[in-house]
Order: sequence, then C-alpha cells, then structure tokens
Amino acid sequence: MDMRTPLGKVRGLGSAKSGTEHFWRVRTTSLALVPLLLFYIVFLIAYGGRPYAEVVGALANPFVATINGLTVIASIIHMRLGMEEIIQDYIHSEITKIVLLILNAFFSLAVGGLCLFAVLKIAFAG
Amino acid sequence: MANVTNNRPLSPHLQIYKFIPTMAMSIVHRITGAALYFGTLLVAAWLIAAASGEEYFNQVNWLFGSIIGQIVLFGYTWALLHHLLGGLRHIMWDIGYGFEKEFSTMLAKANLVASIALTVLVWAIVLIVR
Repeated sequence: MDMRTPLGKVRGLGSAKSGTEHFWRVRTTSLALVPLLLFYIVFLIAYGGRPYAEVVGALANPFVATINGLTVIASIIHMRLGMEEIIQDYIHSEITKIVLLILNAFFSLAVGGLCLFAVLKIAFAG
Repeated sequence: MANVTNNRPLSPHLQIYKFIPTMAMSIVHRITGAALYFGTLLVAAWLIAAASGEEYFNQVNWLFGSIIGQIVLFGYTWALLHHLLGGLRHIMWDIGYGFEKEFSTMLAKANLVASIALTVLVWAIVLIVR
C-alpha cells in the first residue's frame, strides 16, 4: 500500500531528490547535439588538417563560433551526466564512487572551460 | 548463526542469456559514449592549439596527420557516428516507438552497418576534398 500523498510524491522527487531531471537533461542535450554535431562534422571535413590562418579565420566567424560554443556546452553537460550513470552503475564502494563523481565533474568542467576559452579567444582576438 | 545470505538463490546474470544484437549495441553505445568522453581531449587540443598560435597549431596538426593520429581520428569518427545513431534509437524509444522484437533487432544491426558506412563516407569525402 502506498502511504504517500500525491503532494509528497511530487515534492520528494523520489529517493534521489532530483526526480527525472537527470534523464531529461541527457535527452534534451542529446537532441540539441544532433544538429550541432552534424554541423561540426561538416565543418571538420572542410577545415580539418587545413593551414593555421584558414582554420582560425573560419573559427572566428560569428556563426561558427556560436555553434562551436553551443556544441561545447551541450557536450560537457551530456558527457558529465553519461559518465555519472556509468560510475553509479559499476562502482559500488561509496568512497570510490564519490571521488570518481567529483573527478568526473571537474574533468568535464575543465575540458569545457578550456574549449570555451579557446573558442572565445579565437572569435574576439584571433 | 548460519550465513543465510550464502544460501540464497542467485538471479541469473548476463552470461545465461543468448547474446543478441540489441544487447551488443546497448553496451557498444555505452563504450562509445565513454570513448567520446575522453575523445573530447582531442577536440580541446585542436581548439586550444588554434587559440595559442601557429606554432602550437602546426604541432597538433602534425600529430593528428600522423598515421597513429589518423587511426585514432578514424576511430573517433566511428564512435561519434555510432553513438549519434544509437542516440536516435533511444529518442525513438523514449517517445514510445520501435519496441517490436524484429524491428529493434533490425535497427540494432542497421546501427552498426550505418555507423561504419557513414564513417567510411566521411573519410572518403575528406580524402577527396584534400
């Protein structure tokens, strides 16, 4: 028998206290990444391996820089959540799990921060 | 006191089931996801080098252009396309379609075939454009 009130169920958001947020974030970022990555693949086909001036010139284009920034943001959210799921599935020792979850968050933010800085520097300063 | 937990029946685990395409593509989806996670370092290296100046950029370009670099990038392309196509299957399931046995098995196989075909296609275009 379920003793909880409908309001309590809504407020409590289950034992993890975050409801379906994790699931929903993974899905919305994945949806966003489909067109973003298709653009990225076409861009890399055109500019991968090209000389410095050509690549930087293309990356400095406002449209390319915006797509680039959005791709980085959607990617790091998506990858952090995905790795979180893998860690929670396979790591059973509490202390190892917490350490890995923190490293996961730090790694994602570090990679994302470096990429975003690079994208913005190229866009604004060349 | 006897150890009761030792005598409890175990639920069957993975090895008891026949390995089928949807299972294979499920774990490949996770593995490619994890590979892409660390593969972001390649994108970061490329972008940071482009932002750091011509000398650094040429070094990274040389590394990516080497045989090992090209093999890694080829694998990275495949992992990305496989994960992307797998993600589309997940979106389909999330909105409630495609759970039929034959159809999902067919799509799992198609996922692998299409990801390899698209990877070859992308690299063929790259080699033609170069």
